Amino acid sequence: MSFVLKLNGIEHTVDAEPGTPLLWVIRDELKMTGTKFGCGVASCGACTVHVDNEPTRSCQTYIEDVVGAEITTIEAIGKTKAGAAVQQAWEELDVVQCGYCQSGQIMSAVGLLTGNTKPNVEEIHDYMDGNACRCATYQRIRAGIQRASEIMEG
Amino acid sequence: MALNTSRRGFLKGAAAAGAVLVVGLRPDGALATGSPAAQINPFVQIGGNGRVVAIIKHFEKGQGPATGLSTLIAEEIGVGMDQIDYEFAPSNPELYANLAFGQFQGTGGSTAMANSFMQYRKAGAAARAVILNAAAQSLGVDASALDIVDGMVTGAGQSSSIGDFVAAATQLDAPEEPTLKTPDQWRLIGNPDVRRLDSKIKGDGRAMFAMDVHLPNQMVVMLARPPQTGGLVSGFDDTDAKEVKGFIRAATLPNNAAVAVYAENTWAAMQARDGVIVEWDLSAAENRDSAQIKEEIFAALEGGAEYNVLKNEPGPMDQAAQVVEKTFYFPLLAHAPMEPLNCTIEADDDGGITLHDGAQMPTGPHMALAQIFELPMEKVRINTMLAGGSFGRRATPTADYQVEAALAFVITDRTRPVKLVWSREDDVRGGYYRPAFGHKVKVGLSAAGEIVAWDHRIAGQSIMKGTPFEAFSVRDGVDHSSVEGVADTPYTIPGFHVGLTDTKKATSTLWWRSVGHTHTAYAMEVMMDMAARAAGRDPVDFRLAHLGDGPDATRKAAVLKLAAEKGNWGNIPAGRSQGIAVHKSFGSYVAEVVEISGDSISGVKIEKVTCAVDCGIPVNPDVIKAQIEGGVGYGIGHVMRDEITLTGGVVDQYNFPDYEPLRMRDIGAIETHIIPSAEPPTGIGEPGTPPSAPALANAIAQTGQVVGVLPMINDGIAFA
Repeated sequence: MSFVLKLNGIEHTVDAEPGTPLLWVIRDELKMTGTKFGCGVASCGACTVHVDNEPTRSCQTYIEDVVGAEITTIEAIGKTKAGAAVQQAWEELDVVQCGYCQSGQIMSAVGLLTGNTKPNVEEIHDYMDGNACRCATYQRIRAGIQRASEIMEG
Repeated sequence: MALNTSRRGFLKGAAAAGAVLVVGLRPDGALATGSPAAQINPFVQIGGNGRVVAIIKHFEKGQGPATGLSTLIAEEIGVGMDQIDYEFAPSNPELYANLAFGQFQGTGGSTAMANSFMQYRKAGAAARAVILNAAAQSLGVDASALDIVDGMVTGAGQSSSIGDFVAAATQLDAPEEPTLKTPDQWRLIGNPDVRRLDSKIKGDGRAMFAMDVHLPNQMVVMLARPPQTGGLVSGFDDTDAKEVKGFIRAATLPNNAAVAVYAENTWAAMQARDGVIVEWDLSAAENRDSAQIKEEIFAALEGGAEYNVLKNEPGPMDQAAQVVEKTFYFPLLAHAPMEPLNCTIEADDDGGITLHDGAQMPTGPHMALAQIFELPMEKVRINTMLAGGSFGRRATPTADYQVEAALAFVITDRTRPVKLVWSREDDVRGGYYRPAFGHKVKVGLSAAGEIVAWDHRIAGQSIMKGTPFEAFSVRDGVDHSSVEGVADTPYTIPGFHVGLTDTKKATSTLWWRSVGHTHTAYAMEVMMDMAARAAGRDPVDFRLAHLGDGPDATRKAAVLKLAAEKGNWGNIPAGRSQGIAVHKSFGSYVAEVVEISGDSISGVKIEKVTCAVDCGIPVNPDVIKAQIEGGVGYGIGHVMRDEITLTGGVVDQYNFPDYEPLRMRDIGAIETHIIPSAEPPTGIGEPGTPPSAPALANAIAQTGQVVGVLPMINDGIAFA
């Protein structure tokens, strides 16, 4: 079946069965590999993308449910103010280790900062709780969000 | 330095902008410089544009060798970190061996920096020497008048890019023993401002992990594996799989270990696999419950030990004024790296094959694939890619997942590449666990509160026995990885006896970040605290009293004192409790103070962890801090609430919801202090893990309960 998806501002026509998770459309059909497969059950957040600016677990989002939506992935998030700030903070603090979860961490962090430019620690914990990092880079993620908040303030 | 006349004529043609200088090892093992045509397997390449490429022989799972080994090269040549790129070395155990492993290429045991420190510095220094000599000849000055700073050859009244001398440098011989920079000349080694080279690409989606391989026309394969270790395929029905769009075929692997399901893409493979009903022969399969395994381990801790590890008898326990005793249990644990296991195999035009893999120990799969495909070693190529974590899982003595992919590929017509993908469920349920262990420890104290006897019994499932690594780790029947951290402790313990009994493996077992130290540090350091309390002594003072004057004990004592000082040991804020632990592993010394609020009833919250580390010369201080932070999180996360259990041999857990990772709110700030050192660098990927769990346990003990059975939630501990 044919679907038209608007991803990072560009319309893509993809052939997929209804019920196909957005994650696999992005990775296997569009060959954009920045969005990661970690658990498949929306329990780790590695697959996080934005659907109409809202962080969304793409492994549990069906293709037919995002037709007409604005989908943003890690490849384009740097074009937003919050995205650029988070990426800059991540580099400054060397947040990453293996890096496999970090696309999802960044997409969630951008979602947080878009709605709340100065989150406190408890708000950061609440928002980021679903993004697992097996390297346990959590304290740098926390610091990275706080640093990105400063960068956004200018 | 003389021009190498035999190569001069040949290489003149390379004296163009496209020239490349390579520095590495010749096939005979000698350090050599030349052009790419010179049969040198490089550690360093320098282009005519002045860009330097470091060839990294260790894989990068986040622990930092891509940055670390590049730092060594950049330092010795005299270029900035923004002037160097890195590539992963091909698989070639003769040229890129881990010097700690013999003729074997691989990463493990926290050896990457330790075994590369001199090798990569020498390669960088050789590059520097031939460039300076080429520049000296070109400029008609003595090389001593020149220096290389930030990639520029300066001196003799000029400054020009190192790239300008690359072509001429390819015609010079490498010095046999290049002059290394001295620590006072270091600008990058030890510099806390050096950043990771892989940060940017890991933050914008460009980083390519093996999971991101998409070869033209590739098939994705998922395996239906037996529900119990040791099960074999006796038949299957793929009727339902045929309904899945994109399903190609299903086939039993030649070793009958699984049914391979081939599909056009990952999602189709997942669905099709769910549609394959496999009939299993479970006659030889594991069918015990976890409770039974635990009982077997506890039973093995009683009576006579199978091995008397230190060949001595325990001190006179019956003459002790008091005896402190505790039994510990450590469950099976999965590694669960963030990137599920996967690899891709394709046929090459010359009849060989290429494996694309986040390869932790390339030599293992290299040999296995050569055997399966009946190819000479040189026709098997490994493209090492970034690995999304490992914690040991990507290195198995059996090359398990690479062999699975090879068997799935070898039974096809090999016209289509095969990408093997594991799901998270495959990973959590797939074996190769940290083995289950038990410890029973009795410590006898004199009336003055001094240790007079320490009887330490260990029982559990050997990691190394029955594997090719047995020869390295097993002596007189004792698998060192079962007793490391106890039998070789730097503590001075009078009347010390260590007994070991092997128990039957219920699943495949594997090293898990810090291997034996995952359980031995816990038992040692919790007992030290129990003994200190019984003796009425401060835990730090009590430990120091059992650390003598030797270098090993001195370094251990130094990190203990530093962690205590920086962690405000003894000055506990209201409502807080502290615990401390110190442990040596992989040549490095780490002490940690864990500060908690709450208690075992109201809920424990980890507020702060203060760490001190001595890992020799700290090459990349910020990477060291990151590895300690991650090591602490990995250790603490699992002891809080994780275990793999079996019912009738079937793994009970499925995925992250029931093998819950550490989450951000679980752990507060981690502060790391590094001891300055001139000793050779030692491990850092693993040593942060061992002391974290006992430090937490010792903090919880201050609230009234010593936790002996892990995970802690099974021993009645609630976490806030």
